[in-house]
Amino acid sequence: MTLLELEDVTAFYGPVQVLEGVSLSVPENGAVGILGANGAGKTTTLRAISATVRAGGRIVFDGKDIRGTRPDRVAALGIAHVPEGRGTFGDLSVRENLRVGAYLRKDRKGIASDIDYCLDLFPNLQDRITSNASALSGGEQQMLAVARAIMSKPRLLLLDEASLGLAPSTAKAVYDAIRRLRVESGIAMVVVEQNANLAFTLVDSATVLETGRNVLTGTSAELRGMDEIRRAYLGG
Amino acid sequence: MATFIQLVVDGLSTGSIYAAIALALVLVHQATGLINFAQGGMAVLAAYSAWWLTARGVPLVLAILASIVLSFLLGAAVERWLMRRFERGDPDTAVVVTIGLLTLITGICGWLFTYNNQQFPSLFSLDAVSFLGVSVSQRSIGTTLVIVVVMFLLQGLFAGTKLGLALRAVAINPQSAAFSGLPVERLLMVGWGLAAVLGAIAGAMVAPQLTLTPGMLDNALVYALAAVILGGLSSPVGVVVAAWIIGVLENLAAVYIPLIGYDLKVAVPFILIFVVLVIRPQGLFGRKTVVRV
Repeated sequence: MTLLELEDVTAFYGPVQVLEGVSLSVPENGAVGILGANGAGKTTTLRAISATVRAGGRIVFDGKDIRGTRPDRVAALGIAHVPEGRGTFGDLSVRENLRVGAYLRKDRKGIASDIDYCLDLFPNLQDRITSNASALSGGEQQMLAVARAIMSKPRLLLLDEASLGLAPSTAKAVYDAIRRLRVESGIAMVVVEQNANLAFTLVDSATVLETGRNVLTGTSAELRGMDEIRRAYLGG
Repeated sequence: MATFIQLVVDGLSTGSIYAAIALALVLVHQATGLINFAQGGMAVLAAYSAWWLTARGVPLVLAILASIVLSFLLGAAVERWLMRRFERGDPDTAVVVTIGLLTLITGICGWLFTYNNQQFPSLFSLDAVSFLGVSVSQRSIGTTLVIVVVMFLLQGLFAGTKLGLALRAVAINPQSAAFSGLPVERLLMVGWGLAAVLGAIAGAMVAPQLTLTPGMLDNALVYALAAVILGGLSSPVGVVVAAWIIGVLENLAAVYIPLIGYDLKVAVPFILIFVVLVIRPQGLFGRKTVVRV
């Protein structure tokens, strides 16, 4: 069963066309990577899905075209976007950030047990539960950003550059936790990542974007180590 | 000694008016990151609507309640049809828009109700009660108590409710808030509406003392801004305490420091701001914002 299907999606920032026709298919419980150099349109593809940029083409989630829906309605459908730069609420405590993540939910018990689950998944956050998010390290903020997204009990997680600006060991810890989340929850994922090797530890398949278009799509096993992947990053 | 206590109590009462406006400023700032200079003007409009109703025989309490409801709608409407156009842009532009709105509302009030002073009936009796040998008007006590209750309600709203948390989240990062499913635009309307309600309460408290004119709260707005800066933008309790400090100090200075007197007492809060900002830039109760990347 396909959970999310992008067909020939286009997007503009003002007069500049950033996506020239991106396609993507995410099966239920699947994880798909979007790879490519800076400016290839990876982040914009995620923003088209979460409706934070106006898009053309077709974006079908769970059988419904969701193009033109408001961002908060998209979230209510079960799509959680972890944006580039993390987007945590700096002046709120870690616990408050998690409660904001659960804004649409009414099940108090479920929320409490999911907070416990997040703290188990990211033990670093446990000691920082009453600290303001702005006082956390970069790695902890990234963990909080993912945890906040989990709190909405999404069916699809959009992860944007979760390793950006992190030390390699921290980036690995974040991806280890997300992999565990994937196994335990079955949440489907679209993963944008500069670090292709890190992405391949998480996703089943991936597509490579170049100037707003798919140039290569395949399973992780097929893509790993291919010259095109290297070329996409080095721009050569 | 009796004069001193009298001055302190009167100071608390006027300080409470500044506090109510200051709380409204904090609420809008918490929800949108903006300082709304039209807050006082909107409160005056609310007071005029209550006055208009009482002049037509509506009981005072009902008139004030009606003006509170009206204010909520007005605040929400101002957000929806005016401020929303500017919220995504340069914050400076949005602030200038609120200054323009203040001028507009003052003009409308003057046009509708003239610039003459109108008598506004008081919610509390002017009779004095004796307390420790000092006589204090019931109005002073009543005004102060109302503001204390409002302050705790607001603190509770921000700290203990889902709505308060959502308002804060929207102010900090509207995009992330939307990613978590928060209806950002509706929450902003609620924030502006609640702030206007606080203004309406302040207007109804102060109008009997100052008598109603379109510019009635212009001075109070200046003092309220001083309180907001002194108390720290993030703390309802902080701004109320700061507003009280300002109200009391200006009263005391006017009487006990001959150099200042009643003519210069308006300068007192600003000298205070100056000193506080040098020593504690985040305000007396504000939290230091730490930004880490």
